[in-house]
Amino acid sequence: MVKFFDSMRRILSIFNEFNRKIWPQWIGRSSFSILGQAPRMIRNRCYCILLTLILQTALHAAEWTGKIGIEKRNFENAPLSPLQRRDSLSATFESEFYHDWQQGKQRIVVTPFARLDQSDRERSHVDLREFYWRGSYSKVDLYIGLRKLFWGVTESIHLIDIINQSDMVENIDGEDKLGQPMISLAYTTTRGDWEFFLMPYFRERTFPGTVGRLRTPLVVDPERTLYESAAGKNHRDYALRWSHIINDWDLGLSYFHGTNRTPQLMTVTDNHAVVLSPYYTQLDQLGLDLQYTHNAWLWKWESVLRLHNNRLNPKLKRSYAAVGGGEYTWYSIFSTDIGMILEYQYDNRSGLQAPVANNDIAIGTRFTFNDKDDSTLLAVLVIDVEQRSRFVSIEASRRLDNNLSVNIEMRIFSSSTPQERLYSLRNDDYFEILLTKYF
Amino acid sequence: MTLKFSILTLIVVLLSLVTSTTVFSNSELYNNRGLEIAIEADRRDTGFGDSSASIQMILRNRHGEVSHRELRNKTLEVENDGDKVIIIFDTPRDVRGTAFMSFTHKFEPDDQWLYLPALKRIKRIASRNKSGPFMGSEFAYEDISSQEVEKYRYKYIKNETFDGRKHFLIERYPLDQKSGYVRQKVWIDQSEYRIWKIDFYNQTDTLLKTLNFDDYQQYLGRYWRANIMEMKNHLTGKSTLLKWRDFHFNNGFTEQEFTRHALKKIR
Repeated sequence: MVKFFDSMRRILSIFNEFNRKIWPQWIGRSSFSILGQAPRMIRNRCYCILLTLILQTALHAAEWTGKIGIEKRNFENAPLSPLQRRDSLSATFESEFYHDWQQGKQRIVVTPFARLDQSDRERSHVDLREFYWRGSYSKVDLYIGLRKLFWGVTESIHLIDIINQSDMVENIDGEDKLGQPMISLAYTTTRGDWEFFLMPYFRERTFPGTVGRLRTPLVVDPERTLYESAAGKNHRDYALRWSHIINDWDLGLSYFHGTNRTPQLMTVTDNHAVVLSPYYTQLDQLGLDLQYTHNAWLWKWESVLRLHNNRLNPKLKRSYAAVGGGEYTWYSIFSTDIGMILEYQYDNRSGLQAPVANNDIAIGTRFTFNDKDDSTLLAVLVIDVEQRSRFVSIEASRRLDNNLSVNIEMRIFSSSTPQERLYSLRNDDYFEILLTKYF
Repeated sequence: MTLKFSILTLIVVLLSLVTSTTVFSNSELYNNRGLEIAIEADRRDTGFGDSSASIQMILRNRHGEVSHRELRNKTLEVENDGDKVIIIFDTPRDVRGTAFMSFTHKFEPDDQWLYLPALKRIKRIASRNKSGPFMGSEFAYEDISSQEVEKYRYKYIKNETFDGRKHFLIERYPLDQKSGYVRQKVWIDQSEYRIWKIDFYNQTDTLLKTLNFDDYQQYLGRYWRANIMEMKNHLTGKSTLLKWRDFHFNNGFTEQEFTRHALKKIR
């Protein structure tokens, strides 16, 4: 087991290395011989993984699917820094391979992901979203490897969802996640589902580079990452979750102990350049999620109690955050379902510690057109009650044919004073069109 | 039409008065031939335990344009309640891996969840959406949900012979206020109690849709399943064809395979 995670750690550090050094080089030279430039160890490792995958596919009736995306972002305003670009073109590749045997009692899943961004080297990256084995033994499922999972019920913010690190260069909504190495046990009972997670390795958050948009005014330097724990990224995190359905109620309780997924960004001077250093503290988090479903109403609640152990800020011992609200849907109005969403976000941390969603109202509407192409539209307005800054997000999607779909995304940041937490994004309003081809 | 509608309402009210007092007493059964037929059809389909099948869904609009979907279905029979159903989407590719789970109930609204594989997220969805279309098709959620005797009141109309079969024609009236229908005409054959045709009347009592069943096959020497189901919408000219195949019974499904955790593992 230890050996397995050691090799997983090695693979992930190879990925890190690849993302920081090889990938940018490759883009710089616009050469397609990635493997040719990689050191021998990486090359061998890559070949090994590829070979295993090919063999697996050849030997068994396994399934291999994938998608390729082409994304174009146009920014409305000139960037704050002359180094940043006005538009960006980007391509993604994600493939999922899975294989079941013993009547589905055992499974392996491998989901590699890669993004190639025209300009931002930090946004160009590769990751293993999933790479795990699962064994099922009567009421118990055992998972070993990299997994991606989701906790929670609310729409405007995901408070209790803490297992996976956010892949922030993908999208500022934080819904894209990096694969988390873990051993986990799931136990199903008539009184709810229990899950236990042991996470021996930490994934650092990704941040846009100097030329990237949607970033802090100072660039985050991942080379200067610091940890509160002496064990650094090898700190053993663990988590426990219980979830259950009782009639119209879906409820969950979770506990997390380990490295906070959200770093504190500290200003440091590096060879006369000022950069931000991500500092990951230790955290204990107790989470509660509830949903009550009644007729056309969905009532949702998520809250967390966090016990901080922060040497830089010893005064902050505990903090509390919650998001709650409802969604009501009118069905079949000219065959379209129209939903209204209202959520209130609260966090008791103030001053510099306060997150963006500390006292905000999110109002949204969701259109489900019920046509053969599954057209949908979601528009959300988030208003900061104290600071008056506003954020608008519009997402729409539809299918073009059986293997092709289109997504449109628009984000508007309205902020006028430097104290506002959205101020650094004030010039980054953008319009994005994404074409996805499935194979 | 108002007269017709009010007479119908009167019938429904009368029926509800009659049946709500003692639904299953023997004398009522004997008098209420419609209910009797529905109970017999239900009895003949009880005890199948579980089933699985693959479904091809073919959507046609009035211009003859066609789009396809591939689904798989797992059903667990639940004693004294509605069935538990999981539907897995294989195509179109953008929704591949999406899974829909429904705990149907006899009296209360169904419980429904949707698993979204891209986010690994499970969403409980409102089941108020009975009359809404399922996957953009001509089938409403209530059409694909498990058909429980207790969901309707019944009335026997007459016998009718077509396609060389003798049928009972009964009318059934949804008890749920949120149903998209005011009544349904159902043709059930007299020898095996299989449904061959349903006419759906919307809330203004206009003939909205017709569902035809065909190519029945018998499983385990007892249970009949139609391989072909075609729903035609008379108002829009659209139609949806369901082609069922690979029916399997005795899969050994348990409640454990119909949980949120199981929904996340489904392929």
